[in-house]
Amino acid sequence: MTIPFNNPDRPNSYIGKTVPRPNAAKLVQGRGRYVDDIVLPRMLHVAFSRSTVAHAKIGTIDLEEAKAVKGVVRIFTGADLAEVCSPWVAVLAHLKGLKSPPQHPLAVDRACWVGEPVVAVVATTRAAAEEAASMVIVDFEELPAVTDTMTALDKDAPVIHPDLGDNLAFRRLHEAGDVDAAFETAHKVVSASFRTARHTGVTLEPRSILVDWNPAEGQMTAYHATQAPHMMQTVFAKHLDIPESRVRVICGDVGGSYGIKVHVYPDEVATAAMAKVMGRPIKFIADRLESYTTDIHARDHEIEAKIAVDADGKILAMDVDDWTGIGPYSVYPRTSAIEGNQVVNLCGGPYDFANYRAQTSVVFQNKTPTCQYRAVGHPIAVAITEGLVDMAAAAIGMDPVEIRRRNMYADDAYPATSPANMKFESLSHHASMDKLTEMMDYDALRADQTEARKQGKYRGIGIASFIELTNPSPFMYGIGGARISAQDGCTVRMDPDGSVVALSGVTEQGQGTEAMLSQVVAEGVGVDPSNVRVITGDTQVTPYGGGTWASRGAGIGGEAALQAARALRASILEVAAAMLQADAGRLDIRDGQVVDMDSGEERMPLAELGRIVYFRGDTLPKDLPRELVQTRHFITMEYPFAFTNGVQASYLEVDTDTGVVTLLKHWCVEDCGRVINPQLVDEQIRGGIVQGLGGALYEEIHYDEDGQLLNGSMADYLVPMAAEMPDMQVGHVETPTKESELGAKGAGEAGTAGAPAAVMNAINDALRPLGAQVTEMPFTPERILRALGKLQD
Amino acid sequence: MKASAGGYARAESVRHALDLLAGSDGQGRVLAGGQSLVAAMNMRLSVGDLLVDISKISELSGIAVEGDTLRIGALTRHAQVGTDPQVQAHAPLLKDAVAHIAHAAIRNRGTIGGALAHADPAAEFPACTLALGATMHAEGPDGSRSIAVEDFFEEVFTTALNEDEILTGITLPIAEAGEMQILEEVARRSGDYALVGLCLAKRAAGHRVALFSVGPKPVLAMGAMAALDAGDLDAAVDALSAEIDPPSDTQASAAYRRHLGGVLLRRAVARLKGDAA
Repeated sequence: MTIPFNNPDRPNSYIGKTVPRPNAAKLVQGRGRYVDDIVLPRMLHVAFSRSTVAHAKIGTIDLEEAKAVKGVVRIFTGADLAEVCSPWVAVLAHLKGLKSPPQHPLAVDRACWVGEPVVAVVATTRAAAEEAASMVIVDFEELPAVTDTMTALDKDAPVIHPDLGDNLAFRRLHEAGDVDAAFETAHKVVSASFRTARHTGVTLEPRSILVDWNPAEGQMTAYHATQAPHMMQTVFAKHLDIPESRVRVICGDVGGSYGIKVHVYPDEVATAAMAKVMGRPIKFIADRLESYTTDIHARDHEIEAKIAVDADGKILAMDVDDWTGIGPYSVYPRTSAIEGNQVVNLCGGPYDFANYRAQTSVVFQNKTPTCQYRAVGHPIAVAITEGLVDMAAAAIGMDPVEIRRRNMYADDAYPATSPANMKFESLSHHASMDKLTEMMDYDALRADQTEARKQGKYRGIGIASFIELTNPSPFMYGIGGARISAQDGCTVRMDPDGSVVALSGVTEQGQGTEAMLSQVVAEGVGVDPSNVRVITGDTQVTPYGGGTWASRGAGIGGEAALQAARALRASILEVAAAMLQADAGRLDIRDGQVVDMDSGEERMPLAELGRIVYFRGDTLPKDLPRELVQTRHFITMEYPFAFTNGVQASYLEVDTDTGVVTLLKHWCVEDCGRVINPQLVDEQIRGGIVQGLGGALYEEIHYDEDGQLLNGSMADYLVPMAAEMPDMQVGHVETPTKESELGAKGAGEAGTAGAPAAVMNAINDALRPLGAQVTEMPFTPERILRALGKLQD
Repeated sequence: MKASAGGYARAESVRHALDLLAGSDGQGRVLAGGQSLVAAMNMRLSVGDLLVDISKISELSGIAVEGDTLRIGALTRHAQVGTDPQVQAHAPLLKDAVAHIAHAAIRNRGTIGGALAHADPAAEFPACTLALGATMHAEGPDGSRSIAVEDFFEEVFTTALNEDEILTGITLPIAEAGEMQILEEVARRSGDYALVGLCLAKRAAGHRVALFSVGPKPVLAMGAMAALDAGDLDAAVDALSAEIDPPSDTQASAAYRRHLGGVLLRRAVARLKGDAA
């Protein structure tokens, strides 16, 4: 049976509606339970002595003073932990040629970035551990550091890992059609250099882990702020030599993740290793400086790109040369080649053209490792594509909306395969663009822009179309050998009081996963969402799953929940039919009552059915199944990814004397398929836009040429804040995926994917009459004034 | 990170605070609002201090007009300065400055004396007091003394206060009839330290221009003031550019800051003339 989701008058119509978040009251009342809230008997704390230099041979380590600090229990070096923890190598088979050296939980012979953990101090308090860590004396014999991406492969550049031969971690060239011929004969060719700055995710709750080893049971329990508990279960088991079944990862409340908490961090594995050695619980909570030097960074790309168009604005070809520096190690187990790979996969995404060449070069350097962060690769690919499309439009005197309309895949052109070989099931670029231009009143905005210019104000409109990769199949990681589940499961059970419990393999990090699950299950079974309790984040309890990343929670976890809920509904009705001597097909469950399907007449509350099944099962027919627990799993099979699409617009004003950009308004229309909870989706989009605006205007990790991090605090690394954020209007087009009954695709990254390009294009639209253009993010006041030629050094 | 204080004592009076400082063997640090000091301690940039908490000394707080001077106690919180009608009437520059200082939680705790004694060259209040020609009042073991603001700020985080002295308050000449006071700054985000800020006061005797975030201490732009007095704005911008030596950092280069100084001076002068700019 297909659920008629679009009929708002259907019974139990919770899918598609804004329902209260079940965990909201708990969180706002301060009753959440984050890792740092958990205190175990005999618990110890760890602090790390970290490398102060970008690249050095580790000489003698003097622990005498540190050991003397009151409260210190034990101190571990890299050599100590190497005996109990095997190193990991972050490569995946499908990323051909990717190489990375073995990485240990604490640096053994060499330190390779500022912040790499070298010595771990375990003490009775974090303060004592820090005090002692500050007294650890490591003799760093400095080695030459590689800090510049573009020269990392030069002959005279030092090779960070001599065993690997050179500093090239990964390179991929993709070519479709005849790119050179297209450029040679094109009406117009436009080229540009782009730069996206190094970012990090700045989670509200820092990385946190508390690990307890129980030797009596041979079991490790890790309370962990993570997006992927089952993946971490495998990691701890494999590298600490424990059977997988004897590792339990519990992921309670998590204060934001944005991709930061889906990776394996050496200090977290070290914490687990030390807990096992000591047989005592050990807690590690990163502080903000540690977050800046050790949370994964991302987005550090330099790109040369060009586009060829004909006289009608049709895109003939694109050529992209992308470079990124990933730090000294590819990050385990997802690897640090994915971001560059995504740039290759996603450039030109919305457009129907034939000739495409893209290469990514991923190099090692002595900076914090980079890896997947919200909207992996998307903001880079969208900036390149949409930047070039706008420049091409200006070069041939065409309106930026018009050039996009002439090139976007027609809404009836699906299924389609892009020149990058991405398979699109069904997208809605034109419908989205129509909706966007209507929402923003594009023509009126152009008139306002013209009027403002007469008054000497430089306002600009920027458009950015995009595609977003969601609902990944095993083609993302599993195919390459990583034990990261693309499948997810949900167990739904009815308790004697008629309430429902749902256990899911996807996780909640603040985005509302549990609200989404509660309403899907509520609709699937036929109860009020307040009668659904959701349990996530416990590998010993929930079905095996991948967790929440790559915008898979709703699309994958939601579908598993729907199927499990519908299976439970069928089981309940089977029992009810026997009790009521009715045909199960004529019964329904609505608001916790078994009712007559046609009349809606109430026949029996679920609590009564629960009472009979659990306490008076003797009164039911002997052969009657009474399975009020049902589990279903879901995995996508037909497409490697469920692509979504959308378009954003930015309206802003540039102060051409100071270079300051004021955001006036922002719009986004996106198509994530079925919208399960409009408010949550809108919040995801807005939050994503804000992170994208951060990349466009504020966020940039600075290093000096020796590899010293220069801005490791919230005062110096600027994140977007409320006062500078514009009003954001969000609209939707719904093209459900046919791969699932629910029809949901992901919505977590669309905002971040398109916002930087929209802002870049708006700034350049504002500056175009002055002959200036910016392509290096973030667009700081200084970079804008330099583009305007107003600064004399 | 966990702060590592060498000790803590709450002073009951200024005399008590001075005694605590005198007995601290040079390790004493005055704790007022704590909005800079505690942050530094939490980054372990300041370790082992004996904190002398003066925040309960009520005599150090408050705002009063005494003849033709405005007295502001050192412990007066930013939020009080920003809403006090006497400040609004007699030193509106300070009220305007408060709107640029950090965020509400910080303005509710931070004190004007703390900000001045901390002497962050990017902060608003030091430059404001310089533009307004304030007098700083300090108490030490040998009694009280006054320090002209021009002599007060010496280096980054360094003032003319001795280690055993406490800043107790400031006095300012109350605004003349017709005096105009203007603050202009550019910051990356609302509440951030300014990339450059400029204070302009126009009095019968002439202009006073002070800048912040342009060097190791707030700068009184004498050349620009003279040019403005002579009615030559272009010359004032040129003079200003020559008399500041701004730093380069991750937010902006010296060249950008120098340029911005001129832009802000022009904007401030335009506002003097009633242009919205």
